[in-house]
Amino acid sequence: MNLYESIRMSFRSLSANKMRSILTMLGIIIGTGAVIALVSVGQGAQAFITEQIQSIGSNLIFVFPGQFDQGGGTRSPASQQPLTLEDAQAIADPMRIPYVAAVAPTVSRSVTVTYRGESRTVPLSGTTPEFEFVRNFPVEAGVFISDSDVARSARVAVLGWQTADTFFGGPEFALGETVRVNNVPFVVVGVLQEKGGQAGFGGGSPDNQIVVPISTAQQRLFASRTATARGRRIDLIYISAVDEASIDRAIEEITWLLRQRRDIPLGASDGFTVASQKDVLGVFEQITGVLTIFLGAIAGISLLVGGIGIMNIMLVSVTERTREIGIRKAVGAKRRDILWQFLIESIVLSIIGGLIGIGFGWTLATIVNTLDAFTTLVSADSVILAVGFSMFVGLFFGIYPASRASNLNPIDALRYE
Amino acid sequence: MLIELRDICKIYQMGDMQVRAVCGVTLDVEKGELISIMGPSGSGKSTLMNIIGLLDQPTSGEYWLEGADVAKLDENTLAEIRNRRIGFVFQSYNLLARTTALDNVELPLIYSGTKNRRRKAREALETVGLADRVDHRPNELSGGQQQRVAIARALVNDPDIILADEPTGNLDTKTGLEIIDLFQRLNKERGITILFVTHDSEIADFTRRIIHIRDGAIEHNERVENQRMARDVLTELIAAKEEDAATPSDKELVAVER
Repeated sequence: MNLYESIRMSFRSLSANKMRSILTMLGIIIGTGAVIALVSVGQGAQAFITEQIQSIGSNLIFVFPGQFDQGGGTRSPASQQPLTLEDAQAIADPMRIPYVAAVAPTVSRSVTVTYRGESRTVPLSGTTPEFEFVRNFPVEAGVFISDSDVARSARVAVLGWQTADTFFGGPEFALGETVRVNNVPFVVVGVLQEKGGQAGFGGGSPDNQIVVPISTAQQRLFASRTATARGRRIDLIYISAVDEASIDRAIEEITWLLRQRRDIPLGASDGFTVASQKDVLGVFEQITGVLTIFLGAIAGISLLVGGIGIMNIMLVSVTERTREIGIRKAVGAKRRDILWQFLIESIVLSIIGGLIGIGFGWTLATIVNTLDAFTTLVSADSVILAVGFSMFVGLFFGIYPASRASNLNPIDALRYE
Repeated sequence: MLIELRDICKIYQMGDMQVRAVCGVTLDVEKGELISIMGPSGSGKSTLMNIIGLLDQPTSGEYWLEGADVAKLDENTLAEIRNRRIGFVFQSYNLLARTTALDNVELPLIYSGTKNRRRKAREALETVGLADRVDHRPNELSGGQQQRVAIARALVNDPDIILADEPTGNLDTKTGLEIIDLFQRLNKERGITILFVTHDSEIADFTRRIIHIRDGAIEHNERVENQRMARDVLTELIAAKEEDAATPSDKELVAVER
């Protein structure tokens, strides 16, 4: 008996018991659908973050305090010293590190912005004029903060597009107005171009943010948290390398410079992190990868349960069709013919279930995507994985019932009532 | 010699008890014979039939099928022999429900990997007179028709032997006779060796040899002197019926007189 014949036969006996076949498939449909949908959430998150980080700016290098050990995420407090404005100035010195094009030391906090009684909590960056270039935030209206603003600690602010739109109904209406940031009045001098719905690195959407001179932020907004023994504390340094090829050299030099400035002995850990966009991307990909595997594993459990459903039904089917098996053996079916018949039935059940499940999962992912809750992405990998796994489930859980059927003694099977 | 049984025993172990279903059976069957195995229920005739049909293996004794020692054959070879050389007909028909007559007849051909299966299955159904019931399912057929489908299935691979276990047990007299007539013709025209298992001595009279079985052993082996032909009995039966219809019964006569 050939494969085609076996498949035809299994279709015939599955369609003879439509209701049961559909209910059995439901387990696999839900399992496969769940795998596709949940993995799409994980992969969507990954694609989203990748896109975000790539849009931040080219040749970008971050320096931030604290360090991720190989262990993953644990900081080493012993060697941790804050970053200071002086660190940033040292990095910016072209005589020391020629690979650095621009440096934007940044103080980053969440603040409350008030205008005419209306308040919003937005991320604030206290920074230098280089920020505009390093982070690639061109202004749409007005001007960016200037060196003289920084020198004077001027109370001027540049608003993200969204912030300007919320408070003033458009970028052009915001210029010259006064907003209160944590109750300190600032004059709006510029509005950034719209970046779209992307969340920037460091939290919040770039369209939501507010940018002020770093000196103003340190002295007028967060004065109590600024002074340290080594200088004026900052949270983050954004650095632009001269070109892509010099990113790695720049990271090396910056690390060396900062270690030197801190007198960190050889062999001790840095206590700060210098990372390129690629490094950060790698970390996030790792995180979302774990998320994807985790979600997929949860969904995989339901696929496993679906497989047990198949096994259950196939066992019932073997018992119910004992007489049929006896007849088939009497007219010349070999053990392997019966084995294949039942095995193919369960595989066909799981493959059809898997295919419907793909449609189901894909629909689910699309709906989630349009609901704007998560970005989802159905990849070919996850489809292949889901179908492969459901086929395996059918095969694995079909083997036991099928071998039981094939081992039936023809006489006993024929006598079975 | 087609079938040679030498001192065949089949013993079942039921807990502590040993049940001797068949023991000490020695039997020779030649090609082209029409034999009935007769005995009361529980005499072991079905067990013997299953052993001959290679559905069951004897506990002891030798079984030679056309000179081959059956005990030395593996399971796949046994399945092949059942498929190509033996046809089974059962009392309860044993057709696959939800499957058309044609598909049922096709079943042995699927396992033998034969070509032109549809055509061959159709021919077998024609032989048993069911050409117009090809697409009917078992539950749409009468008992006699179902048994014909079963015979067509037994026939379709051109077997040497047909084993029939109480083939008329569930049928009325006339239908039973038609089935027996079919067997007699297959035996005569195609030379197929046929073994009947029955407890009905009237049916046994339609064969040429009767093997009486009691308590798992052969009681005696009897040649039938004047074998009855089912065809003749059927003709008589039909003639009698027509006569009945032609001459009004007593009751009707009484009614006319009034």
